[in-house]
Amino acid sequence: MKKLLIALLALTMLFSFAGCKKEDPNKKSEGVMTYAEFAAAKDDTEVTVETYVQAKQSWWDNAGTFYTQDGEGGYFLYGMPCSEEEYNKLTPGTKIRVKGQKSTWAGEVEIIDATYEILDGKYVAKPLDVTSLLGTEKLEEKMNLFISMKGLTVKDYGNGKAFEYKNAENKTDDLYVKFDKDGKEYEFCVEFYLCNNDTDVYKAVEGLKIGDVVDIEGFLYWYNVPNVHMTKVTPSK
Amino acid sequence: MKKLITVILCAVSLLAVLTGCHGSKGLAAFEIPEEFDTSRQYEITFWAKNDTNKTQSRIYVQAIDEFQKLYPNIHVNIRLYTDYGRIYNDVITNIATNTTPNVCITYPDHIATYLTGINTVVPLDDLLTEPDYGLGGRKLLFDSPKKDEVIARFLNEGIIDGHYYAIPYMRSTEACYINKTFVEKLGFKLPEKLTWDFVWEVADAATAKDEEGNYLINGQKVMIPFIYKSTDNMMIQMLKQKNAGYSTAEGEIQIFNDVTEQLLYSLVDHVKLGAFSTFKISSYPANFLNAGQCIFAIDSTAGSTWMGSEAPLLDISEENLVDFETAVMPVPQFDPDHPQMISQGPSICVFNKRDPQEVLASWLFAQYLLTNEVQIAYAETEGYVPVTEKARQTPEYQQYLALKGADNEEHYRVKIEATELLMNNTDNTFVTPVFNGSASLRDAAGQLIENVTKGVRRGQTIDDAFMKKLYSDVTSLYRLDQLNNTTAEKTDLGPLPRTAVILLSTLATVWVCLGIVAGYGWLKERREKDS
Repeated sequence: MKKLLIALLALTMLFSFAGCKKEDPNKKSEGVMTYAEFAAAKDDTEVTVETYVQAKQSWWDNAGTFYTQDGEGGYFLYGMPCSEEEYNKLTPGTKIRVKGQKSTWAGEVEIIDATYEILDGKYVAKPLDVTSLLGTEKLEEKMNLFISMKGLTVKDYGNGKAFEYKNAENKTDDLYVKFDKDGKEYEFCVEFYLCNNDTDVYKAVEGLKIGDVVDIEGFLYWYNVPNVHMTKVTPSK
Repeated sequence: MKKLITVILCAVSLLAVLTGCHGSKGLAAFEIPEEFDTSRQYEITFWAKNDTNKTQSRIYVQAIDEFQKLYPNIHVNIRLYTDYGRIYNDVITNIATNTTPNVCITYPDHIATYLTGINTVVPLDDLLTEPDYGLGGRKLLFDSPKKDEVIARFLNEGIIDGHYYAIPYMRSTEACYINKTFVEKLGFKLPEKLTWDFVWEVADAATAKDEEGNYLINGQKVMIPFIYKSTDNMMIQMLKQKNAGYSTAEGEIQIFNDVTEQLLYSLVDHVKLGAFSTFKISSYPANFLNAGQCIFAIDSTAGSTWMGSEAPLLDISEENLVDFETAVMPVPQFDPDHPQMISQGPSICVFNKRDPQEVLASWLFAQYLLTNEVQIAYAETEGYVPVTEKARQTPEYQQYLALKGADNEEHYRVKIEATELLMNNTDNTFVTPVFNGSASLRDAAGQLIENVTKGVRRGQTIDDAFMKKLYSDVTSLYRLDQLNNTTAEKTDLGPLPRTAVILLSTLATVWVCLGIVAGYGWLKERREKDS
């Protein structure tokens, strides 16, 4: 009986370890690019990457737009065709193999005209603190990653307020905020299709006052210049 | 026997009622009430688009405030969009649930699709001329333009299948915003009338680089000499200028023709050189123009406040701005003596509701948007023109035009020149035929250019096989082979389905049987009376 019990315990442990097997987000299948290879690829060339969905904008016109990353870099999948049912399966952490064309739109590196397949594996990234890279060329290397920035001071948006609605009447569009960090100005936003007016971040920004010092989390999107799509705004610790 | 007849009659009546229900889920056609009932309260919704221009949304809100002061019993709820496509999509979704807005800013192409619902959109023919509540009507509480004070060309753009379904709100066209400084630096002089040949020649010349890969013209790593914002307009205008097929008024698709193919081939070498790109591929033409990275930026006249190094609205940082002289010209032409340019801009439609009084309230608000106050204020936000002669002729509007260049805000030179461009070329504008599916055809027209441009950039061979596949892909993507037109009398619906034939035959048989039974009964009764 004891032997049987020990054997059972051993088996249980084995299965537990197998279950705990750590996902290596940088491991690639054959024929798939590393992030470095993707970064070096020219625009309008075909790219194949394995990446993990981190967040998504709302489904629209039979396509979804996804913020994804592996352990090294971010991949913004713009307007990737998928049905609404498929879109719902692509939850944060889902591993996918994506084949598409590398493109740059207003400075934002993205993969367009993409197709994908869901793979086994799960990885949800923790935010990478890029505060020290603000104002440097190194920041661009972190494009599309889930990032955090600390100690940003809220500026007057130019309207006497701490933020600006793109659509003040209905609040059904983006929110813009200007920050100061070490004497330089940055404009970030709450992208409505990523975080709508029911989300905490949208409400947090609506509650900001000029001069507030905050920490932010979000995706390092680019629109000619860094333009973080914020997902969290909290008072700076 | 009587019992049997009663049962049959009841059954048939029920059947008739039920079959009568089929297909009548739509609303009853709108009939103009004799009098607007001011004793009641109305809540109407207005879906509008603002061009990411805050002043425009403020003008809508102001217009609603002023209107509600005149009609305190009508409450207008505005919902603003930044994309016509989303309005279109939301309206389509809401037709099914009878929750369309009351008034909507839209395009006739979109209305043609809305019309596939039963009595969804209110035909405006009678409303336009109704003596009390029509344009310039006697019982209106505001100074509305009369029908003949609305520019006829623009008003007629709202005719679909022979009926007015929209009134124009604002009109614009496209303009070519040019870095004149760079054109001259390259050794060229802007012609009086812009041609495609000239644009391509200058654009190609601007792609020369030094040994380090910097463009000679601007010393930067980036230069896209010619960027087109709306490639659907590009294709549509080129075809019109070439007098080539696009579609017939009835909705026959003609775009896949030899001229289209020649036009697409003509792009290839310029794209290879890096002389041409599009908004979808590269981003906003204005941003490249203002950064000295573009020479010919074609965009709507309604985008003029973003164009030029002194533009009041900017989307790039000050340090990236380059100082240059901006010229504003009509879009390039193949035959400059007979210019052709698109007429575009928002129109207004009124959706039908169960309550005719609510529809009348909606119409009053729609009409209020044509008053001088709204027309002038909104037109001045961008390179729009008012759609009424009444507004155009006011001293206030004339003064606005006369102050061109007096400042870089309200009287920004580029904006007012864009406005003048359309006012001087109204007779050279055209619109494409409107039918159910014309919005898809428009998208397809642009997609042809986008795909060829992408194909060249991706190193694909652009040959007959590419074109064949392109036509097939675009046809399939936009379902151009499945389009139905809305002109019912011209539509051959083909033979009735078998089930319908059986149902109709059964009904006919039942009615014949009933007739025989009723006739027999009547004869029998008569005979009994006679005897």
